Amino acid sequence: MSTGDVLAAQISAPHINYGAIAPLLIVLGVGALGVLAEAALPRAYRYLVQVLLTLAAQVAALVIVIVEGVRHYASNPTLTANDALAVDGPALFLQGSILILGILATLLIADRRLERGGAFVAEAAVVAGTEADAKQARHQPSQTEVFPLTLFALGGMMLFCSANDLLTMFVALEVLSLPLYLACGLARRRRLLSQEAAVKYFLLGAFASAFFVYGMAMLYGFAGTVELHGIATAALSSNKSDLLMFVGLAMLAIGLLFKAAAVPFHVWTPDVYQGAPTPITALMASCTKIAAFGGILRVLYVAFLDSRWDWRPVLAVIAVATMLIGAVLAVTQTDIKRLLAYSSVANAGYVLTGVLSMQKSGITSSLFYLVAYGFTVVAAFGLLTLVRDADGEATHLSRWAGLGRKSPLLAGTFAFLMLSFAGIPLTSGFTTKFAVFGAALDGGQTALVIFGVISSVLLAFPYLRVIVLMYLQEPAEDAPTVAVPGAMTATALALGTVATLVFGLAPSLVLHVAQGAATFVG
Amino acid sequence: MNNFPFLSVLTVAPAVGALVVALLPRSNPRLAKIVALVWSLALLAITAVMCVTFKANGPRFQFRESYPWIPAWGIRLTVQADGIALVMLGLVAVLVPIVIAASWHDADKTKRSVNNYFALLLALDATMIGVFAAADVFLFYAFFEVMLIPMYFLIGSFGGARRQYAAVKFFLYSLFGGLFMLAAVIGLWVVGGHTLDWNALSHISMSTSTGRWLFLGFFLAFAIKAPFFPFHTWLPDAGGAAPAGAAALLVGVLDKVGTYGILRFCFSLFPEATRFFAPLGLALAVVGIIYGSLLAVGQNDLKRLVAYTSIAHFGFIGIGIFAFTSQAGTGAVLYMLNHGLSTGALFLIVGMLVQRRGSANIRDFGGAAKLVPVLAGCFLVVGFSSLALPGTSPFVSEFLVLLGTFSTHKALAIVATSGVILAAGYILWMYQRTMQGNLNPELSTSSGFKHDLTGREKWVVAPLIALIFILGVYPKPVIDVISPAVAATMHDVGKSDPVPATRAVDNGSGGSSAVGDNK
Repeated sequence: MSTGDVLAAQISAPHINYGAIAPLLIVLGVGALGVLAEAALPRAYRYLVQVLLTLAAQVAALVIVIVEGVRHYASNPTLTANDALAVDGPALFLQGSILILGILATLLIADRRLERGGAFVAEAAVVAGTEADAKQARHQPSQTEVFPLTLFALGGMMLFCSANDLLTMFVALEVLSLPLYLACGLARRRRLLSQEAAVKYFLLGAFASAFFVYGMAMLYGFAGTVELHGIATAALSSNKSDLLMFVGLAMLAIGLLFKAAAVPFHVWTPDVYQGAPTPITALMASCTKIAAFGGILRVLYVAFLDSRWDWRPVLAVIAVATMLIGAVLAVTQTDIKRLLAYSSVANAGYVLTGVLSMQKSGITSSLFYLVAYGFTVVAAFGLLTLVRDADGEATHLSRWAGLGRKSPLLAGTFAFLMLSFAGIPLTSGFTTKFAVFGAALDGGQTALVIFGVISSVLLAFPYLRVIVLMYLQEPAEDAPTVAVPGAMTATALALGTVATLVFGLAPSLVLHVAQGAATFVG
Repeated sequence: MNNFPFLSVLTVAPAVGALVVALLPRSNPRLAKIVALVWSLALLAITAVMCVTFKANGPRFQFRESYPWIPAWGIRLTVQADGIALVMLGLVAVLVPIVIAASWHDADKTKRSVNNYFALLLALDATMIGVFAAADVFLFYAFFEVMLIPMYFLIGSFGGARRQYAAVKFFLYSLFGGLFMLAAVIGLWVVGGHTLDWNALSHISMSTSTGRWLFLGFFLAFAIKAPFFPFHTWLPDAGGAAPAGAAALLVGVLDKVGTYGILRFCFSLFPEATRFFAPLGLALAVVGIIYGSLLAVGQNDLKRLVAYTSIAHFGFIGIGIFAFTSQAGTGAVLYMLNHGLSTGALFLIVGMLVQRRGSANIRDFGGAAKLVPVLAGCFLVVGFSSLALPGTSPFVSEFLVLLGTFSTHKALAIVATSGVILAAGYILWMYQRTMQGNLNPELSTSSGFKHDLTGREKWVVAPLIALIFILGVYPKPVIDVISPAVAATMHDVGKSDPVPATRAVDNGSGGSSAVGDNK
């Protein structure tokens, strides 16, 4: 479409299927409402109202996703808002997963029993380390702005999974990123670390976004459209140079792989995961990962399926590097949050292995992997918040020595989650690995599976080390205390752990849903 | 009785028992021990009924049960047993109550929960039964890996001085092999058209190179598990650090999963690759015999010494398997049973000695027979069975293995026979240094050596020694069960005996008709 055509055409408002995008509207709308509540309500009521609003919005959106999704859009996918949004199986599955895990993360965020006043800072603007800072850390309850931020981030993630053109996808990317940048800097304890994390994430994220926009411009130059199906058509028929398309895809992939924390775009992950308040880390490790791969899946399977022979080897190299480097660096970590961060990098590699199958089973297995991993990782980070020292969470590995004797339930649960990460059968970690490796072999990617197995072996070592520490070593004199979780954290932990077990023992139901959802519209 | 779901009951019941024992009040450890013992004896009774119900000349696989599990992947919960699996299940059933009785006081001195120790033993029992009963490769793999966890905690929480190192080494080694097997399992799943049922997979065709790669994936896992030279280095550490009961199960049963897996999966699913790689298997096995024996001679630690003898014994099992004759194959499976009895007993008796002395170092003993004559006598008898003295059951199996190997690989059989001589060396020298000669003065002052075998210890040792002699004199019932299954396995590989002996012909025809029934 040239500029002249745009001017000449009568501009009419696009038709919007409000029913199809109701979950999005609810989450983003209640987010806006939350901002108003923050401004209007007296301080005493804010916490309660915000928690209720945030949870209610997600539950309502989740119910609509499930009910409407099952009834209409999974079998009859549709495009709406002038083809900017796709409401199809993968979008609904991922939105549902984001909402469920978002609810669990919200429960962790809302917990105020573990830390007086909550895990978040009372006044983020107070300079860290000053008198005023010490005062607020001791006495004041957290600000509640983190709740609308969470809703905006979740709304952005849902939009990201359903965006059918690159422009919408970019907007969604920013909507999901900006609240996360802020939330990362809101830790009550170790504020400098937290602020450093936020700045790092913001700067690198801004670079990644810039790459994304640049790639989008290239692709527009190549295809004359930013719409994903249009790019797919152009890839087959355009007489422009392929180079433009591949450079565009490469730039786009940088933006997407950054959010997914794939090597070599992973360098922010350990610092940000470590510095951010742990509930936010849980949110990023589960929901952001899902959203990022939702975008990757849609871009690769809708726009670039036919040119896969050209770009798949490059992404395969990235997947191998992600699995191996994530695993190797996890071995050397001494902080549990950093260890889990590198494990999350390696896990991005495993999902990528499934994605690169470029078969239908590739979509199914990636969807399954993402939701199952999300549950496990939320539970793991949730458990981290329980082991505490005088100055907050005790995340150094050596501090966990002998926890098995002091607190058998916590240690048992954490050991179970570690075994799941290591891929031991009867946990979701095993069934998900089986799924993605099976899909990769279906797609002829034998080398990826071999490297995946090697990286799993390497990665088993750090997980096992945690178990050794907890069970086989004597507790230290000044061992950290293990807090009793409040109802909200306990719920999140229980759900995450049970899901890890159920997806490992009887994955049929989720697999069936994922299989039914594994077709992109168009 | 034939329709009773033996295998699923046997798999689930110990797991339930483990939960029950773990949840019993910690204030009364005696109750936990008694529940665990009674539970395992009940399982022994069920297994005994199952063994009687098994028809040696019936279909190759019996007691088959199949339930849907993950339809999306075509995976079912399928269990079945042939003669080989049945023998291993019987071994598990016999060893577990004995090990529980032998470990009666092992957990008392540690600071850990006694209930957990016995719960872990029962959990291990469940996975051991499951792994031999599984007829779906996915299910087999699940048990194969999960098995590591109870053993890991048994070694790591209740073991000796180097328990942490040993437990981690054991776990990582096994997981290393296991994950390569996982890749092969997934490959098999894709090649086989999204099924992992053993019976279906044994009929698929695949390209030569695919078969060989998949074989290597499985073989690596099994060779580490067994362990074959050069993948054996975890065993002396694990066996040396594990509490005696756990070590008896580790060497007596867990390691057999490796050789069992080679027979069941490598042979029947990848026959071409098995024939191709047989020289490799034979070479590793023979090196293992010599190497394990030589290192056993040089050990100063009793438990490590027994672990090294096992490596040598697994070499014998290995050549028996890869010789591709009915006699050698039958001998190898019989060896798996007898080795479980004899080395299991050896570990338990060594455990009794170590517990009395508080040290596993051979130099800390000397002349102990003067103080504990009955224990010394049992040690000698079990030691003799370990070096395969005629009249004890390992002799039958070792003889069959060497005989069967000689008919196809003369040179190998001759080299392997030197292992018999070395075995006499390490066993007798061990006995001499610990039990005979001048009495070590520290022993007479040691409180542990004030009493000989207690009543409980007699109950531990007696059934094993009795079985060793009964099967040494009259192994026919077991051989009758094993031979058809081995013949069918050899038929899967496409090998028949070059110079059939009378017995082998009988069993060979019985076996092939059993295969016919199965199809």
